[in-house]
Amino acid sequence: MTELALAVRSGDRRALARAISLVESHSSDARALLADLWQHTAVCRVIGLTGAPGVGKSTLVDRLARTYARTGRRVGVLAIDPSSPFSGGALLGDRIRMDDPDPRVFIRSLATRGHLGGVNRALGGAIALMAAAGYDLVLVETVGAGQSEVEIMSHADLTVVVLMPGLGDDIQANKAGILEIGDLFVVNKADLPGADLTVREIRSMLGLVDKERARLPITKTIATSGEGLDALMAAIDAFGRSPQEQARQHQRRLQQADHRLSEALAELVVEDIRTAAGAGHWQAAVERIAGRSIDPEGAARELLRPPVEEA
Amino acid sequence: MDVLQRKIRVLVAKPGLDGHDRGAKVVARAYRDAGMEVIYTGLHQTPEQIVEAALQEDVDVVGLSILSGAHNTLVPRVIDRLRQEGLDDVMVVVGGIIPEDDALRLRQLGVAAVFGPGTSTQEIVDFTIGHVRNR
Repeated sequence: MTELALAVRSGDRRALARAISLVESHSSDARALLADLWQHTAVCRVIGLTGAPGVGKSTLVDRLARTYARTGRRVGVLAIDPSSPFSGGALLGDRIRMDDPDPRVFIRSLATRGHLGGVNRALGGAIALMAAAGYDLVLVETVGAGQSEVEIMSHADLTVVVLMPGLGDDIQANKAGILEIGDLFVVNKADLPGADLTVREIRSMLGLVDKERARLPITKTIATSGEGLDALMAAIDAFGRSPQEQARQHQRRLQQADHRLSEALAELVVEDIRTAAGAGHWQAAVERIAGRSIDPEGAARELLRPPVEEA
Repeated sequence: MDVLQRKIRVLVAKPGLDGHDRGAKVVARAYRDAGMEVIYTGLHQTPEQIVEAALQEDVDVVGLSILSGAHNTLVPRVIDRLRQEGLDDVMVVVGGIIPEDDALRLRQLGVAAVFGPGTSTQEIVDFTIGHVRNR
């Protein structure tokens, strides 16, 4: 194990922070680091929180993290915000909601860096690092998500969808998306008018998907005052306890591993082929595709199996 | 291969009690538009909170915005604390209404630059890019 891997394992916060940067930069050191640490990442529970911008995700994450920390758990938070498509820069403001942060909570802000799906490309790596560093619980806050930012479910053991009263007709749920990925639903800002109506709407929308999902827990919270937080935490703790749910959790972890494998393979293959082809051939293929003299898949096949005279 | 994707990360923080964060937000925005990742902490941060955030976020630069006049106590505390945590390689810049004599003293303490009223955001961005340390 490298020195950095050992430092991360020992719970050194500085090392963890550095390691996350390394993983974000996708260097070869990062690969070695994750390879060293992967076996130590099994016991951590990953909770994803997603929902539209402004529903109170950051505040909720802050309250949850602090409350869990008070019960003696080591809590990591990964808060994701969008990068600007123009400058590549990002303004990461989730810490503003985390006033008076608990020193037992490790918070890291991540920019999407061009990745779609509501998360950051290095998210899986960042979660693994926190797990290896001994965090029992990692809370992931996605970017303000609407209908398609559903990638969190390929990282989380449990996905909490946060909504609020008055988000619109039928909570815009006809477009499905995030309602289908939730394991647990929260109607935050429940002191606003229409909270009970929103709960009923979610319930009936879930019923349309399938009967079993109609029984998923829906909790009302007021994150700013902490009201409803106990009920939410109880629902989180109860999730995944029954034998059926445990079987489903196992299935989910297998799906996630499958996803990880495909992702890693795609990355490696692209890199290998790119190196094998050389910059000249690669660029030539790019220009032929742009000039419409070959289709992308055809060019990819050629690169995978170069014509005989070149082999 | 991807080009090296190490981005400059900046923590923009408001230590102490003043509630004027317009300047901090303008600078944060300018850094973002220059392609940096900017973590903004909000108002009323203690030096301890600022340094803990700098550590967790693994930033290259800490920008402190102070309009309360308390820079002579707050800035040294941030710098001491950074050193205690082994973050001496993090560049510190200060913005606000800082008298010239105080600015000189802050620079002697290790502040890379003090930006007073009238500094253009382009100047701040250029200085930061030009002086950020290769960590």
